[in-house]
Amino acid sequence: MFGPLVTKPLASRNNKTGSWRMGLVPKFLKKNCIGCKMCALICPENCITGKEKNTFDYDPKYCKGCGNCAVICPKSDILMVKEEGKE
Amino acid sequence: MDNHLFTAGHTACAGCGQAIGARLVIEAAGPNTIIVNNTGCLEVFSTAFPESAWGVPFIHSLFENAAAVASGVESALKFAGKKEGINVIAQGGDGSTADIGLQALSGMLERGHDILYVCYDNEAYMNTGVQRSGLTPFATNTTTSPQAGSAFGNLRPKKPMPEIALAHGIPYVATASVGFPQDITRKVKKALSIKGPKYMQIHVPCPLGWRHESAQVLPVAKMAIETGLYPMIEYENGQLIGVRKITQPKPVEEYLKLQGRFKHILNNPDALKLVQEVADRNIAKYGLKAEAVSNQ
Amino acid sequence: MKQFIEGSHAVAEIAKLCRPGVVSAYPITPQTHIVEDLATMVAEGQLNAQFVNVESEHSAASVVLGAVATGIRAYTATSSQGLFYMMEVVFNIAGMRLPVVMTCANRAISAPINIWNDQQDSISLRDAGWIQLYAEDNQEAVDFHVLAYRLGEDKSVMLPVMVCMDGFILTHGIEAVDIPSQEQVDKFLPPYKPEYYLDPKNPMTLGPLVGPDYYTEARYALDQTLKETLNIIPKLTAEFAQVFGRNYNGLVEEYHTKDAERVIVAMGSVCGTAKEVVDEFRAKGKKVGLLKITCYRPFPAEQIYNSLKNVSKVAVLDRAVSLGSYAPLSSEIKAAFFGKKKKPEVISSFIVGLGGRDVTKDSIREVLKLLTARERCGEYIDLKPELLKE
Repeated sequence: MFGPLVTKPLASRNNKTGSWRMGLVPKFLKKNCIGCKMCALICPENCITGKEKNTFDYDPKYCKGCGNCAVICPKSDILMVKEEGKE
Repeated sequence: MDNHLFTAGHTACAGCGQAIGARLVIEAAGPNTIIVNNTGCLEVFSTAFPESAWGVPFIHSLFENAAAVASGVESALKFAGKKEGINVIAQGGDGSTADIGLQALSGMLERGHDILYVCYDNEAYMNTGVQRSGLTPFATNTTTSPQAGSAFGNLRPKKPMPEIALAHGIPYVATASVGFPQDITRKVKKALSIKGPKYMQIHVPCPLGWRHESAQVLPVAKMAIETGLYPMIEYENGQLIGVRKITQPKPVEEYLKLQGRFKHILNNPDALKLVQEVADRNIAKYGLKAEAVSNQ
Repeated sequence: MKQFIEGSHAVAEIAKLCRPGVVSAYPITPQTHIVEDLATMVAEGQLNAQFVNVESEHSAASVVLGAVATGIRAYTATSSQGLFYMMEVVFNIAGMRLPVVMTCANRAISAPINIWNDQQDSISLRDAGWIQLYAEDNQEAVDFHVLAYRLGEDKSVMLPVMVCMDGFILTHGIEAVDIPSQEQVDKFLPPYKPEYYLDPKNPMTLGPLVGPDYYTEARYALDQTLKETLNIIPKLTAEFAQVFGRNYNGLVEEYHTKDAERVIVAMGSVCGTAKEVVDEFRAKGKKVGLLKITCYRPFPAEQIYNSLKNVSKVAVLDRAVSLGSYAPLSSEIKAAFFGKKKKPEVISSFIVGLGGRDVTKDSIREVLKLLTARERCGEYIDLKPELLKE
């Protein structure tokens, strides 16, 4: 008999940490993005995807709203804005 | 999201510097990697049953034995003739590396295993509530080195872990910072291309324990480098082959004022002087100040 | 092949024949000869394995943990202080269901420091979740290692096994031992094929953090498996007899207990001495016997009950103490009879042989003399009151 001791890979995706947000979300303007990929590189949740410039965006299911992407964007093309539908 | 090696859904604090660091390390290492992790924030937030953020084989045993367990993993792979092409990375926080796990780490380095050890240095025992570790810098306020009255907080200097690792005669020792993510990637790839024991120490701000805004992780990390308080250095076979030069070293206040854990010494010129001395010593020792280029 | 050989060397030989891929141990008297032999065997190419010279027992146990978690059979050996130093790893290995095999050269526990034999070390770790087998002589010590790997690696078991042998008495005693051939061992012990292990081709996470919602089931599963092992061991010993020609019950050994009025219960090498006294008493027509406990964990309560239920007087020899309470083995023997209709009139508990004090035939005769209708509770045999002062 075996107990709960082994976990499948990437199973954390079941945990939708987007519910952690405290009212702020990143808004990817997709205007002046130069495709440097820094936002995707440093997101602690690994929930920013994109390929060429102006294609980067975040995954609201997991984004905790930490704001590091907005601070790191060299073109200030990401803004932290109030989330709609939340107080 | 498909080919993630470290994915979302983990329970790290928003803006966790160690999560950024861990991501960068495993993405630089690639899928043919086995991770052996000490107990700590990273292990706790990334492998709480029944979830796991890892897309590579991962094992956690105890607080202090990742280096020893990794030695076992590496030996097993060697025995099976499978070590070639598989990276073994042992990792832990500053507590499990410099304090309780120092013995196991030293043994692993001394025996010459082909393992990369990564220390995520957030300068305290964060997972248990911000208690002081051997890598907590001088004058830091932690729960077990509290600032009370006019005390400086932590009175002891930071244990020189990179030097301790270097003293074992291993082929590669480097420090890095999440303030410079591509540098982490480069150094991890470099380390993994070298056979033998490697030690990397990555400075990872902890917004909760250092008391700064979650969005300021990279600027805070960068400022540590810019003041000289955290030298970014690279040793290969005992020779210092690279440092990150600082053109104009910033006074330490620029870094300290960004974080609540140093609030108590901002108006204490004696303490500030001592902290500045730490930075100045680093700058002198590693030649961190970029020479001014004279235009003629 | 039968040869006169020191116990440690015999154990090193059998460990080699079990084909471990990783051997890692830290030297501690009286286990050193085992580890030195294995190092020599690896260096000379007799044993194809990675020999990892660790800096402590904690790391030795961690190395074998990592190796088995990577799907490679591993071996370690320790004793006394070393076992205690690796204690948290020992519990960890069982909790993670990794079939490590360890030789414990039973030795007394500090303080005061003492390098000679008693069983305090392994008995103090009886709660760890390891299967514990106690050898009476070096033949058993050798045979139990092969049994241990086969048992631990069984898909329905997946538990680590500690083979306990009395330090110095067995480890340094020279006896006639039949060391099996590689063919025999290979026949009985197939290669290790785990279900859960570290492999980039099939990634999984081992050793997760488990909260209150899940932890109980992990421990329940371990507990249940240990108990089920009581049924598995006799099946394996039957198969063992087919291959090696030696019969073991695997759980207990009944020596003249069938019609005995007085029975001694014991574990380890003291059983050899006790058997001689039993023979001596039987020759005089006295109905005494010995129940040897081979498998201490899981605890074979049913077998013990069946062997002793009709015996009038039982003397349990503990080569250990549980300071401040009942002697460990005796308390479990008594527990096996609580609430039962059939039970011995008296179960007396004796503490013998601590710190290497010899348990002689006189000691056993003394036990039998003290085994009367009056219960003895944790009575120390061969105590020297002149050494005690208030």
